[in-house]
Amino acid sequence: MNRILAKRQLSNEVFEYEIEAPLIARERKAGQFVVVQQGDDFAERIPLTIADADTTKGTITLVIQAVGESTHRLVRLGVGDVIGNVLGPLGHPTDVRYYGKVVIVGGGVGVAPAHPIAQAMKAAGNEVRIIMGARNKDLLVFEDRMRRIDPDTIVVTDDGSAGVKGLVTGPLEDLCRDWHPDLVVAIGPAVMMKFCCRTTAAFNVPTLVSLNTIMIDGTGMCGGCRVVVDGKMRFVCVEGPEFDGHLVDWDNLMARQATFRDYEAEHHHRCHIDMMIEEGQA
Amino acid sequence: MKDKTQLNDEAKARLAALPEVLGPKDRLQIPVCPMPSQEPSVRCHNMQEVALGYGEDQAVLEAKRCLQCKNKPCTALCPVGIDIPRFVGFVAERRFKEALDVILESSLLPSICGRVCPQENQCQKNCTVGRSHKDIDQAVAIGRLERFVADWAAQNGISAVPVPAADSGHKVAVVGSGPASIAAAADLRKAGHEVWMFEALHKTGGVLVYGIPEFRLPKALVGREIDKLAAMGVHIETNYLVGRTRTIKELREEDGFDAIFIGSGAGLPKFMGIPGENYVGVFSANEFLTRSNLMKAYDGSHAATPLYNAKRVAVFGGGNVAMDAARTALRLGAEHVSIIYRRTREEMPARREEVEHAHEEGVEFLMLSQPVAIKADERGRVSAVVVRDCVLGEADASGRRRPVEVEGSDHELPFDCVIVAIGNTSNPLIKMTTEGLDVDKRGNFIVNEETLETSIPGVYAGGDIVLGAATVILAMGQGRKAAAAINRRLAGK
Repeated sequence: MNRILAKRQLSNEVFEYEIEAPLIARERKAGQFVVVQQGDDFAERIPLTIADADTTKGTITLVIQAVGESTHRLVRLGVGDVIGNVLGPLGHPTDVRYYGKVVIVGGGVGVAPAHPIAQAMKAAGNEVRIIMGARNKDLLVFEDRMRRIDPDTIVVTDDGSAGVKGLVTGPLEDLCRDWHPDLVVAIGPAVMMKFCCRTTAAFNVPTLVSLNTIMIDGTGMCGGCRVVVDGKMRFVCVEGPEFDGHLVDWDNLMARQATFRDYEAEHHHRCHIDMMIEEGQA
Repeated sequence: MKDKTQLNDEAKARLAALPEVLGPKDRLQIPVCPMPSQEPSVRCHNMQEVALGYGEDQAVLEAKRCLQCKNKPCTALCPVGIDIPRFVGFVAERRFKEALDVILESSLLPSICGRVCPQENQCQKNCTVGRSHKDIDQAVAIGRLERFVADWAAQNGISAVPVPAADSGHKVAVVGSGPASIAAAADLRKAGHEVWMFEALHKTGGVLVYGIPEFRLPKALVGREIDKLAAMGVHIETNYLVGRTRTIKELREEDGFDAIFIGSGAGLPKFMGIPGENYVGVFSANEFLTRSNLMKAYDGSHAATPLYNAKRVAVFGGGNVAMDAARTALRLGAEHVSIIYRRTREEMPARREEVEHAHEEGVEFLMLSQPVAIKADERGRVSAVVVRDCVLGEADASGRRRPVEVEGSDHELPFDCVIVAIGNTSNPLIKMTTEGLDVDKRGNFIVNEETLETSIPGVYAGGDIVLGAATVILAMGQGRKAAAAINRRLAGK
């Protein structure tokens, strides 16, 4: 179990893995995630969204961006390696049904988990439009797969190195005004989701967001993932990860995501040196 | 402070000076044997076990304090009914193996319960020796003796791995791997069933591993109990969350389990519901302890799981978990740790020993204090706790005097971290994914009191998921009770 069957580099720091996990593949639905721990007893548990699954082959697809120590360790694994611990599928599946017109917005690696939702929404009979954004061309993932769902997928980059220069909120506003969607689903960095929600609120378009918070067990036990939604404390792992984006307290969410930022900056630097030593580069 | 050898030598000398035949008066004159412990100023900087355990002579001397009462007030208050005078009697005669056998008749986890049971509210509460001295602290130290016997067995390589009965042809699932599930799995496997234990985390042991710190319960002890299950042939699956990886219905209908025991434990951490609880630097005790214990963040040079850098830590609550959190915070480098509790030390539900240990280690006790708000700096990080004074009023349903808040007494105390340790509510996951499962208004599973069967035939439950937050021994007792009922059901009786 948890053996890596395929690995693909999508960009400089983003990798796609196909992992043998028949139990998770069998139960998993769009919108769910896993918690992964790779390494010895001292390794961290991190939540990762499931980008795809194949029940026949018994595999799940994870898209991993190397941002911290744990993800850096993960992306060093290759075909044939086994990921120590994979728990899932976690969280509520997306409420997939017929809404009418649905806009899917994906930002950065958030495009990967947005993909199965877009697929499922289309299969449920919805008209689906897709907007995907990234900082630059190198960080765009899954563009071809998204185009298969919506040939007119709108691509935006911060620096204009691919698609339109700008932010996803630009085309989102246009679609809200001209296309009148019945639902928007936004997945990406918190700040992107916050501004997507601000955009859609002006047009009264219901907006689902998938929250990525600090999490240890992923089963409801630690409470690290708590967020404020509609003034109430909610747990992302068992009550989410999707919530009504118009009711999320984004500033609190972003402050809480930064809880360990000082620690991580220092630790990340140390771990880079450790890994270079392990690889004989230093 | 005397070390373990010195204390044992003292006990040895005292034993040699005892008359050949001991009358009750002689026994009552023997003072309680003190528990050898790490020096407070040393231990608050390490994670090793605080209480070091009796030496042999200490155990024998302590056991000789027992009056061997015929009415056994100790056994009457033991949640699993261990025949305490009989095992203590064997210890007094240095027949430790026999003492072990007596304990194992009723308890499966003596090395754990000897360390974490609240003995002063159970076996030691009505001890005749303590009552004769009109001081509960003078009761026979039954818990320490239980621990001694279990540790003695381990040191001497006596590990009783029960031999399972012949294959029954039945398959039983056990959900979770904490004390209730360990007990249930052992008894089910003994009866010859094929037993599968499903644990959500990457490590087994449940609260014994993620919750209780190393300095109170060494993880090697828990590992030993799990190894025993594996040696008996129990299949142990980690990273398997029943309710998500597989539902109860699927386990029953597709995977062929004839019965299921759910010991999934207390779930979601409770918060106070006061302003500021979502500021950065407010943690549930579960999160704080899981980071340190399960993820080993206390070992900063190896662990990848981060810790919050805090110098002044406030812990809300007065139970064992609050003590564990406060003492862990000290060990992780906090300079000042305060327990904030709305009643007094007398009413604290924590084990007395933990309260004393916390006090010795320098934890401050802010009693009769109710936190009413948490303040933060401009970055949203905790900077203070607003506390309101309380006075004790009439006794409430729990028999403890009810704290009454004093209006106008609010005052702000500087803290940079808050740990909320006021208990858990039940985890909604299995309920959410299992149709027909009845729960009470707090979300705890409703079970038949005799059999612990839930509203779904063949599905049983025990431990905190039924009791709310309880103790290791009660959970273990329920695991055994449910296993007995499952065994009767599968035997067609």
